[in-house]
Amino acid sequence: MKKYVCTICGYIYDPEIGDAYSGIKPGTSFEEIPDDWVCPVCGVDKDSFEVK
Amino acid sequence: MSIKITENVTWVGKTDWELRKFHGDEYTTPKGSSYNSYLIKDKKNVLIDTVWKPYTKEFIDNLKKEINLNDIDYIIVNHAESDHSGALPELLKEIPNTPIYCTSNGVKLLKGHYHENWNFVEVKTGDKLNIGEREIIFIEAKMLHWPDTMFSYLTEDNILFSNDGFGQHYCSEFMYNDLVDQAELYTEALKYYANILTPFNKLIINKINEISALNLPIKIICPSHGIIWRDNPLQIVNKYLEWANDYQENQVTIIYDTMWNSTRRMAESIALGIKQSNKDIIVKLFNCARSDNTNLVGEVFKSKAIIIGSSTINKGILSSIAAILEHIKGQCFKKKKAVAFGSYGWSGESVNIITEELKKSGFEILEEGIKLIWVPDQEGLKKCIEFGSKIGQKLI
Repeated sequence: MKKYVCTICGYIYDPEIGDAYSGIKPGTSFEEIPDDWVCPVCGVDKDSFEVK
Repeated sequence: MSIKITENVTWVGKTDWELRKFHGDEYTTPKGSSYNSYLIKDKKNVLIDTVWKPYTKEFIDNLKKEINLNDIDYIIVNHAESDHSGALPELLKEIPNTPIYCTSNGVKLLKGHYHENWNFVEVKTGDKLNIGEREIIFIEAKMLHWPDTMFSYLTEDNILFSNDGFGQHYCSEFMYNDLVDQAELYTEALKYYANILTPFNKLIINKINEISALNLPIKIICPSHGIIWRDNPLQIVNKYLEWANDYQENQVTIIYDTMWNSTRRMAESIALGIKQSNKDIIVKLFNCARSDNTNLVGEVFKSKAIIIGSSTINKGILSSIAAILEHIKGQCFKKKKAVAFGSYGWSGESVNIITEELKKSGFEILEEGIKLIWVPDQEGLKKCIEFGSKIGQKLI
């Protein structure tokens, strides 16, 4: 599964870690994250992420 | 010094006339700056932000003239960066359990800076703090310009405390936008936006739309640096919308560094060529080794295209060009065009290196760059004029 990076603040979404802040469990691919999820650091939406 | 903004709101910050560098040595502040802290008096008394650490004693002594420190009920930290929070450690020694209202990221950042377990109260967008006749409404503003940033809005007086948003590094004893030189004010406001907020353009548009949707009347905008917007305060909000929308003027900026003037002569010939084919465009030339990088970022911000030139040295580029390219890359400019040029003696890598850097920084490359060996002759300069003319044509 690919890592994705936030183009605004540089946060990296790592599927192996997930995002505990928003309740995204480890093992969740970026594509599987709900569309209303936002970057836990800067708050932008999924569209602002690109493959690392 | 204190300034009464309204009957219940007083500026209790510090004007810093001698500041010449900010963010370490990254950002030049030829007109100084101010660290704006505000005291709100109602049934409960609130302090918003403090000042940079070197002015802690002065700040606290001055604050004591306005209020008995024990009468401060709440402290709001809109942003934890040390130019606003620097006086907190000493202030909290005097009033240790005072609640500090900030975002969840604010708690992390304040702990990361001062390693103290203060009495933090986390707030989110829409949370309200009743202080008597008035309420304070919190609005998170993540990445404007740090993850913890928030705005605070005061009802009744209709003041938006916007922290670094709408700020400027501009020191003036007048403190109000209608009392200062407008050209100076807007020069500093644009420079501030270009250097600090450009990477977050998209967030700025969203945030302004979000605040507009709240329908809060805004009578005064109190930023954390520079002057207060009381005369038509929405002028700076509208200006931000314009700037955030990938702003550009009809300007092309040529930035170069040169060892023995060959690259300079190329720059001047390219400028000549641009004017031949494009009479209206503003052409500006800067030797970046002799210029201020933060001013240059302001010029790039205003440009529709940039032309970057360097001699080749040790198979690379001159260090001042490397520095300005790093400044430019950090701003994530969009919808701008670029091209490279430079002189060389034997290997001639500079043009390719600059072109690659510009591509990585999101610029559309207009043309393959031009390079000339040794000292340009008339033929070489003619090629530069033709090159400039072609660029000028493409920028009409």
